[in-house]
Amino acid sequence: MISHKSTNALLYLDGVTKSFDGFKAINSLSFMINKGELRAVIGPNGAGKTTMMDIVTGKTKPDMGDVVWDGTVNLTECDEADSARLGIGRKFQKPTVFETHTVEDNLLLALKDERSVLATLLSSRSKAQLARIDELLVLIRLEERRHELAADLSHGQKQWLEIGMLLAQDPQLLLVDEPAAGMTDEETMRTADLLKEIAGDHAVVVVEHDMAFVKALDCRVTVLHQGAVIAEGSIEHVSADPRVVEVYLGR
Amino acid sequence: MILRALDLRSWIFLGVLFAFTVAVPVLNLAMEPGSSAHLPSFAVSLFGKYLCYALLAVALDLVWGYCGILSLGHGAFFALGGYAMGMHLMREIGPRGVYGDPVLPDFMVFLNWPELPWFWHGFDMFWFAVAMALFVPGLLAFAFGWLAFRSRVTGVYLSIITQALTYALMLAFFRNEMGFGGNNGLTDFKDVLGFDLQSDQTRAGLFVASALALAFGFVLCRIVTTSKAGKVMIAVRDAESRTRFLGYRVESYKLFVFTLSAMLAGLAGALYTPQVGIINPSEFSPANSIEIVIWVAIGGRGTLIGAAIGAILVGIAKTLLTGLFPEFWLFVLGGLFVLVTLFLPKGVLGAFGALSAKAARRPAAFELKPREAQP
Repeated sequence: MISHKSTNALLYLDGVTKSFDGFKAINSLSFMINKGELRAVIGPNGAGKTTMMDIVTGKTKPDMGDVVWDGTVNLTECDEADSARLGIGRKFQKPTVFETHTVEDNLLLALKDERSVLATLLSSRSKAQLARIDELLVLIRLEERRHELAADLSHGQKQWLEIGMLLAQDPQLLLVDEPAAGMTDEETMRTADLLKEIAGDHAVVVVEHDMAFVKALDCRVTVLHQGAVIAEGSIEHVSADPRVVEVYLGR
Repeated sequence: MILRALDLRSWIFLGVLFAFTVAVPVLNLAMEPGSSAHLPSFAVSLFGKYLCYALLAVALDLVWGYCGILSLGHGAFFALGGYAMGMHLMREIGPRGVYGDPVLPDFMVFLNWPELPWFWHGFDMFWFAVAMALFVPGLLAFAFGWLAFRSRVTGVYLSIITQALTYALMLAFFRNEMGFGGNNGLTDFKDVLGFDLQSDQTRAGLFVASALALAFGFVLCRIVTTSKAGKVMIAVRDAESRTRFLGYRVESYKLFVFTLSAMLAGLAGALYTPQVGIINPSEFSPANSIEIVIWVAIGGRGTLIGAAIGAILVGIAKTLLTGLFPEFWLFVLGGLFVLVTLFLPKGVLGAFGALSAKAARRPAAFELKPREAQP
């Protein structure tokens, strides 16, 4: 814990560096997200987007730099479960849901609740939890498939279920890795709408390759290259930046 | 909680187990020896042994089938439970041993030990031995799991170190200096709680105790696996890192279930020793632990009932085949494992379940088709 509140940002990265076998995946990266903000992060392959998410969620420890949550918590000392309990939800690029559980159980496991062994041994589903699951099922359009195994869902539906699971966690920050990958155009646009809807109540960071999708999000964009931020601003602003054009858009 | 945990299949299993538990002692004790309905006494102990194996298989299925931890060292927990009970039975012999020492077991007199080693104290009390049969495997599993799961050792690496664990224990128990009777182990037991171990009544009693232990272990595992914690365990098995990112401390769940499973294995071992009359270091041999995995695979992983059935089926097959063609048993066991993996990936119970589900689904297949066509 950091004793005094050092920043008002929800998530604050400063001078973060991480290298793997000499390769600097993240190079003195500084980055800030405010409460309720929607942010898109773009960058070519190997720009350090996934490593940045790994660092924020405690999966990877940075070599240097500060990672501060809500101005008080040092995230570099947290592991994945700690970060999830603090209120950071993460969606993977490849949809990861619990295939042998039903859609309902997937959401139940994600719902904000006690996470200890003893609590889960003794817990039973409450009315409030079931009501929340009903709401989420409507939101992610899977009411019909409530009792089916997640393995039987289509790719797009799995993506939706995973987003539903993130919402069930009720996190303050959602890290969403390429949510539109493998989706149809219509699904992509619906996903953009949903993320915009979610932002406000939750801060959302979206890593994305699909420029149409980023335009649809209509939010502040951060461009990463070689582990550092090279441009930040509206999509028009960064698209006009010659360095961005050189490393990313121009190709 | 118990009622919620038991489905129809569980009740059928418990019902069959109950019928078996009543029938075996009745056929042994109430029927005249020599009549065709009479069950010989050795068979009672043999069935009791199968039930201990079944409990051991259920314990392994809890960690492997539900939490994805493939332990190749569960025989170690079983053997430790067996040794704890064996130590009690040795102390019960008292002055009736070959050397007639009132306190020291024969092998200690033989080795010229002046007094009982400190870790043999307390084993003259039955309750203490039972407590140790649960506590020692539990403690070992806890210590081992604490180190392994916190360091995120998973998959084949974890399996290999569990195998090393049981192998190391086998080597240690082979040594006379360990104080557990060296390669002869513990044997020549006389009685338990004052009952003669050779008598038919005691054998029947131990058989019933094994059946009760199996029922208890099964119901306990059902309660765990049908709770939300059980759902978390399955989540860990299927997508460990997703579970972490949902905020569950995966290592705590693994540690809990591994320790619980080791204690059930210890209980099985404690009931096994008095029924077979001997416990020796070969129980720690890696091959034994691998055999447990084969029982579970054959019966059906992640079903509990399948694990018990697999243990009993393979146990019966082993008894028959090692009597007829002892040199072929390992080939049969290996072949069985390959065949089940290839043709019955969900085991005997899974194949049975798939067949009945197919039969139930057939009329509905017509209705389902148009729905599947929807995006």
